[in-house]
Amino acid sequence: MISSLLLQLILNGLIVGALYGVVAMCFVLIYKSTQVVNFAQGEFLLIGAWTCWWLVTSLELPFPAAFLLTFLFMMVFGIVLQMVVLRPLIGEPVISVIMVTIGLSIFFQAVVKAIFGAWAQPFPEVFPVKSVDVFGLPVQPAYLMSLVVSVVIMVAFAWFFKYSRMGLAMRATAFDQQVAQSLGISVKGVFALAWAISAMVSALAGVVVGMVNGVSSALSFFGIKVFPAVIVGGLDSIVGAIVGGLIIGLLENLAEYADSQFLHLGNLYSVAPFYVLVIILMIKPYGLFGTKRIERV
Amino acid sequence: MSRDPSIVPDRHPVLEVRDVSLGFGGVRALTGVSFSVAKGELFSIIGPNGAGKTSMLNCISGRYRPSSGQILLDGSDVTGLSPNRRATLGLGRTFQNLALFGHMSVQDNIMVGRHHLLKNNALTGALYWLGARREELAHRRVVEEIIDFLEIAPIRKAQAGTLSYGLRKRVELARAMAVSPKVILLDEPMAGMNLEEKEDMARFIVDLNEEWGMTVVMIEHDMGVVMDISHRVMVLEFGCKIALGLPEEVMANDRVKVAYLGIDEDEQVA
Repeated sequence: MISSLLLQLILNGLIVGALYGVVAMCFVLIYKSTQVVNFAQGEFLLIGAWTCWWLVTSLELPFPAAFLLTFLFMMVFGIVLQMVVLRPLIGEPVISVIMVTIGLSIFFQAVVKAIFGAWAQPFPEVFPVKSVDVFGLPVQPAYLMSLVVSVVIMVAFAWFFKYSRMGLAMRATAFDQQVAQSLGISVKGVFALAWAISAMVSALAGVVVGMVNGVSSALSFFGIKVFPAVIVGGLDSIVGAIVGGLIIGLLENLAEYADSQFLHLGNLYSVAPFYVLVIILMIKPYGLFGTKRIERV
Repeated sequence: MSRDPSIVPDRHPVLEVRDVSLGFGGVRALTGVSFSVAKGELFSIIGPNGAGKTSMLNCISGRYRPSSGQILLDGSDVTGLSPNRRATLGLGRTFQNLALFGHMSVQDNIMVGRHHLLKNNALTGALYWLGARREELAHRRVVEEIIDFLEIAPIRKAQAGTLSYGLRKRVELARAMAVSPKVILLDEPMAGMNLEEKEDMARFIVDLNEEWGMTVVMIEHDMGVVMDISHRVMVLEFGCKIALGLPEEVMANDRVKVAYLGIDEDEQVA
């Protein structure tokens, strides 16, 4: 007999997992098109959520307007970040680029703390708090909304890469920059676009999580959770990122279940994803969906 | 399939290389090379390994910036422009090592070549059914023509990475054609091919030049093919131009024989 607690946790896992998937997708987008491992991915959520929170509470804008402005701000933010900080690093060793993104992560966290304080702030109520019933389980409307948003983003991503001109250009650039250039694709433009989309979509996820859990520096923890997700899925696979995100989300919640019911170790849910990460890397070093580089001449 | 020497291409130069030199540190890859390619011409660059052929091609395509000299495309100076700007101005190229997007279908590979001609952006793309669709159809038609011409219709849906070597080379040519260039640069289009594949490729290049009126600049090792199909040939040695002219003139040139064909001068005298 499956307990309702388990069901509830599975549902939670799917919802949180979908959000991990979205952020992981953003991470993969940057890695795939610009070869940068972005340790500051979580800070995109943080900055996006705080920006939206500030627009809603201090400027008292209606939520849709604040949300749109946040989106625009993050687009500019992503492009400027790429142009000012990361473009000069093109061609530098990978480790330097990684150090810079770690530095950015610390820097943004500190700046955000200095401006907004260290305490969590609740988002003004946008959706009703009263739970609705899904298959007999009480679910907050904000959670449902977050699931819908995640799925919409995923579909939009798939559509963008498959059918749009820039999507095709980005895939081409990810494959071979020199060849892409010879076909008239501006690699600089593609890089800027990748960062802009990644920042915008991450911020969207940040706002969604902020609405449910409140806005706080804990949001940047998402950036760390994304690592097991992308590595499980394969660093360069968008589909892998989604599947990886779902796996990690479910796993956390199942670990929570096992922990609270049987093991009583405490905090297993935050460690479990990393155990699985290590095991998967031992069996499939390129992740479940990652491409193994094969040279053919 | 020797060419009719009476076919004189239109003399308007579409590509001009003026006194181009290129150095890497202390190594001089090119020294004062000048030539011009007329509209509708099939021009080949040959030379021994390390003579600077690929360096020359990379200077034209914009991958390398020459240390001195100028490159003009259709009369305008492109020396300082990025490779992608040059591509949009009408320069297509293929690569010596295969450079297809392996995970994409043949059709998508070719569509990437249309990139700079597609006008839809993220916003109009979102309004796909309001115009972007009609635009895409027009481009599909161009792509279809190229596919028909290169006889790759049966493999259009195939993943590019799964094709045979000869076919992949052909798809790469199709992609470069899709840019609708004024000049197409071919970097060893027949390298690593068997005889049959070479003959096919040579036929496509000649047809591309004659039927489509495309100006072709080609680097190739296979002397037989080069001499057969080129209008004019330039020979490089150690980064210097040592000969330029009709294939038969170049073949008869003593310096070329010494440098490229490995006949030494004593033998010539004797």
